Amino acid sequence: MSQIIINGIMLGMSYSLIALGLTLVFGIMNIVNFAHGQMYMLGGFIIYYVYAQWGLNFFVALLFAALLLGVIGLVFEKAFFRRFLRESRRPESSMLLAIGTAKLLESVALILFGEKHRGVTPFITGVVSFMGAYIPKIKLFIFIMSFILILGLLIFIKKTSFGLALLAIVQDKEVTKLMGVDTNRLSMIGFAIGAALAGISGGLLTLSFPIYAGMGSDISIKSFIMIMIGGAGVVPGAIVGGFILGMLESFGYGFIPGSATYLLIFLLVILLLIFKPLGIMGKPGY
Amino acid sequence: MHKTYKNSYKLYFAIIVFVVYLIIVPLAFRNNNYLLNVIITSSILSIISLGVWLVFAIGRINIGQGAFALIGGYTSAILLTKTGISFWLALPLSGILAGLIGYLIGRPILRLKGVYFDMLTLCMTQFATLAMLNMTKLTSGARGIINIPLPKALKIAGITVIPQFTPGNYIPFYYLTALILIFTFFALVRLNNSRVGRVFSSLRQHEGLTASIGIDVVKYRLLAYTICCFLGGLGGSLFVVYTQSIFPTTFKVADSVNFMLYCFFGGLEYLFGPILGSFLLTISFEYLRVIQKYQEAIYAVLLILMMLFLPNGLLSIRIGQLHDKTKLFISKNKKKVEM
Repeated sequence: MSQIIINGIMLGMSYSLIALGLTLVFGIMNIVNFAHGQMYMLGGFIIYYVYAQWGLNFFVALLFAALLLGVIGLVFEKAFFRRFLRESRRPESSMLLAIGTAKLLESVALILFGEKHRGVTPFITGVVSFMGAYIPKIKLFIFIMSFILILGLLIFIKKTSFGLALLAIVQDKEVTKLMGVDTNRLSMIGFAIGAALAGISGGLLTLSFPIYAGMGSDISIKSFIMIMIGGAGVVPGAIVGGFILGMLESFGYGFIPGSATYLLIFLLVILLLIFKPLGIMGKPGY
Repeated sequence: MHKTYKNSYKLYFAIIVFVVYLIIVPLAFRNNNYLLNVIITSSILSIISLGVWLVFAIGRINIGQGAFALIGGYTSAILLTKTGISFWLALPLSGILAGLIGYLIGRPILRLKGVYFDMLTLCMTQFATLAMLNMTKLTSGARGIINIPLPKALKIAGITVIPQFTPGNYIPFYYLTALILIFTFFALVRLNNSRVGRVFSSLRQHEGLTASIGIDVVKYRLLAYTICCFLGGLGGSLFVVYTQSIFPTTFKVADSVNFMLYCFFGGLEYLFGPILGSFLLTISFEYLRVIQKYQEAIYAVLLILMMLFLPNGLLSIRIGQLHDKTKLFISKNKKKVEM
């Protein structure tokens, strides 16, 4: 039992990181980044090649993943979304553009990498025993790294003026513009940060889970579930959603056979949304 | 004067489409099974996409149509293989069951705002696939249901109204799907031009204001959603009987997304949009098959290009606008250089 709880917490921390990227983009640009899962997958592949195949230091590889995904995010925002939002007659269409970018990333990945599942051998082996549960040391590493990254992100948002500006855009874009903030440029950078976060999560989790070019949509769906549970566009919502999904998954896989777990999770999400249509911490206005 | 000209223009166009669709194509290509197959598939996908269009018409995004196609498909599959019910009964029943489930689940979920609704419908598709996978007693899980019998002849008072479907003969399916599509299309045209259609349009523009003029928003939202699910179930049933098999992955998330895509491609403002989108995209996807490896990538690039240059769909092109758009594109670049 304690194994299940510990697993849930470890999973939750990593999942929160994934959800944060998505919720940030949604808060700033009011677009659901459908390509979030694909960006995660790309981050994983970058680690696979830069770290596992070419042998560079893991942290360097991670940084590289973040930078590359950030650039992709920048390009997407500037080249695609900004033009589109100017000309489209209906706001819903932005979702289709997001889906297009997701398909693009996924198909390119399939061409470049093929369909094989890849794994990375962890650089820390061994297991730690804690409160009656066994934790592989590599998962502990992932846990601590996720924690540091989330903490770093929170500090960035709350303490730096840049981060505060991003938060302001999330709260009220119009007024932020009135305060003299260049929302266009910040949106672009916000999207880039969201993409970079997706890439980092992917790279980090590759240490423990195999990656394959088609995993994008599964990750995206998990991310959607997390922000539906926790509330879209709000940072604490992503963290709450991440941990709840982590726990649900852990308990589910522990007690119920395979694919029925997510069946139950979907049902619970629908029930939750009936009683709390905005998620646990969601704010109205989205 | 101008209005009658436009109306007769539409009428001529409709007649031409009719003749081509119902007479010329099946006659000219009656031995080209490949082409017939593509058109039959496109027709079925059009029917399903028309349902999605209806939800767009009330201002919502429905990425869950795959679930209802799956429900309709499995209903027909189970009815046809486990009981001896005639297809002609199973077809409407599948649609009705899908519509009913849509009604029941629509009540709570249509209350959700914007993104939550969209994401939830996406999860619904995944949920349906998983559900069908796990209810093995009913659906044979991953093995799926195969060897679904072809529709038998329909006899009313001893007269054969519809002949027996024979294997390898695509023409009966062609006419079946074509007639259902045409009927659905005109039914929706009538619906759209009625008061109900105007209520939908009002809902799309602003739900709050619509409620403020005394319209029962819940009732109309539910109506649109239920019809959408009904059409999904209907199309799913047709598809399953056509391919004579169904698996939990017959309709998945990618398919739900595709239905949305067809609507967008044709143009959300036009009822003909999803039909145009289904046909064009299905046909072009077939052509892309020759470059198997790069198929998806080119598809994605085309999608993005279309969203950038034709964000309101194909049918939103006005001849004069094409010239303006190219001018706009060129002058935009010029501006950047000057700065």
